[in-house]
Amino acid sequence: MLDTLMLSRIQFATNISFHILFPTITIALSWFLLFFKMRFDKTNDPVWMRAYRFWVKIFAITFALGVVSGITMSFQFGTNWPKFMETVGNIAGPLLGYEILTAFFLEAGFLGVMLFGINRVSQKVHTLSTFIVAVGTSLSSFWILALNSWMHTPQGHEMRDGVAFPVDWLAIIFNPSFPYRIMHMLVASGLTAAFLIAGISAYRLLKGDDKRAPKLTLKIAVTVAAFLTPVQIFLGDMHGLNTLEHQPQKIAAMEGVWHTEKGAPLLLFAIPNETEQKNDFAIGIPKVASFILTHDFDGEVKGLNEFKGNHPPVAPVFFAFRIMVGIGMLMLFIAWVSRIQLWRKDELSPWVLKMLLLMSFSGWVATLAGWYVTEIGRQPWLVTGILKVKDAVTDIAPTNVGISLTFYIALYTVLMIAYIHTIFTMAGRAIEIEEISEEEKGEPVKDAKNTIDINYTTKEE
Amino acid sequence: MFEAHTLAIVFAALMGLAIILYAILDGFDLGVGILLPLGDKEKSDPMIASIGPFWDANETWLVFAIGLLLIAFPEAHSYIFKELYLPTAFLLISLVLRGVAFDFRAKAAISHTATWNRVFKVGSLLAAMSQGYMLGMYIMGFQSTVIAYSFSLLSAFGVAAAYSYIGACWLIMKTEADLQVRAVAWAKKSGIICFIGIVLVSVINPLINPGVYDKWFESSIMYLMLPLPLLCFVLFIYSFFQLKKLPTQDDSYCWVPFACAATIFLLCFIGLAFSFYPDIVPNKLTIWEAASAPESLSFILWGAIIVVPVIFAYTVFSYRVFWGKVQELRYH
Repeated sequence: MLDTLMLSRIQFATNISFHILFPTITIALSWFLLFFKMRFDKTNDPVWMRAYRFWVKIFAITFALGVVSGITMSFQFGTNWPKFMETVGNIAGPLLGYEILTAFFLEAGFLGVMLFGINRVSQKVHTLSTFIVAVGTSLSSFWILALNSWMHTPQGHEMRDGVAFPVDWLAIIFNPSFPYRIMHMLVASGLTAAFLIAGISAYRLLKGDDKRAPKLTLKIAVTVAAFLTPVQIFLGDMHGLNTLEHQPQKIAAMEGVWHTEKGAPLLLFAIPNETEQKNDFAIGIPKVASFILTHDFDGEVKGLNEFKGNHPPVAPVFFAFRIMVGIGMLMLFIAWVSRIQLWRKDELSPWVLKMLLLMSFSGWVATLAGWYVTEIGRQPWLVTGILKVKDAVTDIAPTNVGISLTFYIALYTVLMIAYIHTIFTMAGRAIEIEEISEEEKGEPVKDAKNTIDINYTTKEE
Repeated sequence: MFEAHTLAIVFAALMGLAIILYAILDGFDLGVGILLPLGDKEKSDPMIASIGPFWDANETWLVFAIGLLLIAFPEAHSYIFKELYLPTAFLLISLVLRGVAFDFRAKAAISHTATWNRVFKVGSLLAAMSQGYMLGMYIMGFQSTVIAYSFSLLSAFGVAAAYSYIGACWLIMKTEADLQVRAVAWAKKSGIICFIGIVLVSVINPLINPGVYDKWFESSIMYLMLPLPLLCFVLFIYSFFQLKKLPTQDDSYCWVPFACAATIFLLCFIGLAFSFYPDIVPNKLTIWEAASAPESLSFILWGAIIVVPVIFAYTVFSYRVFWGKVQELRYH
């Protein structure tokens, strides 16, 4: 039988994994939308409006899922992890508070104008609303990642009677792992949104959609992806080096290094064997892990043996890391093949379109895998050196946690199916609609002052 | 700088503000959800349209209120949500369901719209009832007695009725013709249930909590507070007379019921807050015992002083943009 600790961990992981999927899309998708809108303002070419209108609907539904799954988060700390706030609440509280104050409200407040207000405010105000929503989503990630990074690499506080008190807020916010983590996450969001846009646009082209909008969005998304993948690989490497400095046990688990060694191999595949402290079926490239981590083929990599009883479980970190990197490489390949094809003949061959369609949600998998690496990699600590996960958990009966967890899992399964199904339904519907309807050929409709475009989905695009 | 004693009061006040704004704002959109007539597209579409631009931001007040409790009074947050573990899970699931149903109903294939409408209605009702139940348990000091459970159940229905009432008043203001007539009828019915609910809670609360009784009937400021229930009563009577006259020919006074309902919510909240202050967990924890470190509260307070007025400004802006009746729906 699972105990309250394990059930609470599974529940928290389930909730936050489900939640993070949606902000990962909206953070970057909002900037894509701003770009579409600004191009429309500048060129007055209705194709940009088509692109905006189609993607703003997907933004709305994604944002809604982000909001509702985010509400769950603000309750969870108290329900399942009371000692977390009791120990580090003086640090975590204000960071969460700023997230809600500056970001959440900014997004939610202007979202109404962004989604429904296009005929009610001037184009300028509407574009500005889109901009504010984009800033809001990015600010959101700023505060949340500041807190998360502080949990990995805490500084700027002092402990009094087992409770953390803030001393230097700038040091707390800009803790050592924060700059790397936030850049890595923002670019991850960019890639997730780019591959989603590319995948859905490819789907429409494959289904015979002959309009300009999907071709245009495909081109933009692929270009962004081709640019961001190498950037992300570089940032990931920097982040890894930062982790090596502050959390070497996490790196040891990622690389499957059981015993400190010089010239450690880069393991492409292996099955970590926790009981015997070694890897089974290992296939690796000699010395490359040492080279990546120390920039010296014979550099020394600290092994898990140096962190007895104080290192994460190896297998999940090891595999999650390989999944993340594997998808990253696949993204690099496909993005560049697409970009080169577009450059040479201005269209994509069917197999590339199919690959892009298959990879519509690849950003999700890579992002989750990356988060599992870093979060499981922090175990057994909740806040490194300050609070262990097992000491933070509630004393609620396991049955209660079991009940709530069952409900959450059932709910999230249904929502996930509905979300993906709805996106493809919307894409399918968009195929059958004419490129530009009569009324949209001229200026944006002026006589529509008092209407809300509630069914902004039924027919357009 | 601010000192610890004042900070706790300031944050309690800020949290109170967030809670009452949540109750009024998400109250009306949950209420509209509860009232949603199934299978009547003519009515349900404009109803949904009337809350469309607002619900995301309205729900954010809940995150803000709970966030403030978590940030400023972490011990109370742990205590309350440990006691209310399952109702909280229930509330969250209902809120999630109704939130997504709102978006899915418009975007899913036509054949699924009816299902999502149903989910939206049921989700709204269950969310309102969970909140009522939690309020009831809070007032009863989280006792595990039959009386506490029955009272909380009663409170669950009371809050659902109150939200329907303010939701109906919102619709009177935002709609016209047939739907407005329906909304007036809804407001009358749910208003009566809401009124009975408020009377029952007001009577039972002091009878069960001796501390609350002392406050209302023995303390030195009771004369200041006693007009409050009276004012509440007068407002109910006044709004019923107004509802009888609505809808008027030129649609004047269509905003009166909503203003009355919002004021009634405010008065009830002040009454409850007065009953328990300075306890944040009734009879267990005061705001000073539960408050976070003053250096943390000061840090966040500076942010709040700057940001909260901005939030108000653009909330007003957003409501002004969507001012007036929801009418000719434009189907692209």
